Amino acid sequence: MHGFANPRRFLSLARWLTPLLLAGGLLITSAALWWGLTQVPPDRLMGETVRILFIHVPAAWLGMAGWSAIAIASLVHLVWRHPLAAIAARAAAAPGMFFTAICLATGSIWGRPAWGKWWVWDGRLTSMLVLLFLYVAYIALAQATEREGASSRIPAIFGLIGVINIPIINRSVVWWNSLHQPPSITLGKSAIAPEFMWPLMVATLGFSLIFGGIVLARMRAILADIQADGRLRRRAMETA
Amino acid sequence: MIRLKPKDQRLVLAVVALAALIGAGLLAAWALRNTASLFYVPSEIVSERPGPDRSVRLGGMVEDGSLRTLEDGITVAFVVADGKARVPVLFKGLLPDLFVEGSGVVAEGRYGKDGTFKAEELLAKHDENYVPRELQDMQQHKAPPSLQETSTQ
Repeated sequence: MHGFANPRRFLSLARWLTPLLLAGGLLITSAALWWGLTQVPPDRLMGETVRILFIHVPAAWLGMAGWSAIAIASLVHLVWRHPLAAIAARAAAAPGMFFTAICLATGSIWGRPAWGKWWVWDGRLTSMLVLLFLYVAYIALAQATEREGASSRIPAIFGLIGVINIPIINRSVVWWNSLHQPPSITLGKSAIAPEFMWPLMVATLGFSLIFGGIVLARMRAILADIQADGRLRRRAMETA
Repeated sequence: MIRLKPKDQRLVLAVVALAALIGAGLLAAWALRNTASLFYVPSEIVSERPGPDRSVRLGGMVEDGSLRTLEDGITVAFVVADGKARVPVLFKGLLPDLFVEGSGVVAEGRYGKDGTFKAEELLAKHDENYVPRELQDMQQHKAPPSLQETSTQ
């Protein structure tokens, strides 16, 4: 595990893993979406709008997984001071925010025909909107600390505190009665017919691979930035 | 007294902080359990009786066989039940697509003194089941033989 905390070793791994994840993810996602959007039969009540499921659920999963990744990386950064952990947390924020926004948008588009309303202030929708705001705040905080040269531990602490929202999102439909349906997939059983379940699982895999690829690509970009900065500083010292 | 390495000190601190945070979150969620709920279920609305001057939401299952249109042609009447209590609901307006008997509904409106809920807005609540149309037909096809058995006997 310590081996991957070495930026050089990480870079040699990320160099071939990034395009592999991105290309594989795009391929699997397009196949799953083609399957889900054109081949799957309509739902008994929702009809064709059930197809939004194949984007909505993977996006929701990645929005929550993104913050979980930020929290874990922040913990590793705070406790073990691994330099790559701070970069990983920073890299996961933007794609996490993107997928959270996709989740909210697709949910809203589905809610209009299914429920009869674009937006309802129920526990699930509200906690997911809070997650979007947390992402925005995290990104602003991380950018500000970087610009001001403040400690990267400040966004890490924020990332760790924000993780409290993740179990709340997950449990919101169980604790409080809400308009959003209770979980369809629980440990060991699923209330989703296999016709919908298979493309959903493939789409989730594809979206996750894309997410991983984006995070690695962004980590490489941040590392390259740091290297370029260091080189410029050294050159400035030499000429001075 | 055990002396911890700085790394382990930080780990203990982070774990304690996280535990406190999750405890606080759980307490807050527990405190919000009533106010954060989107609607009353029928048994709650019958026992708590929010006054007719308050706009509230009622959520539950549309009872099978209870849905009918009144004589004026635009008002629908149905019963929302949760297994413990039944509340008759009146609604004037367009019904959402997913609104069917035996499925979930959230009605926004006022709970009258006579025990009737006058809804101003209806939201269909989708359940966690995703079933294709063909499969549902198959399940319906399966049902008749057992019914025939009981009816012929």
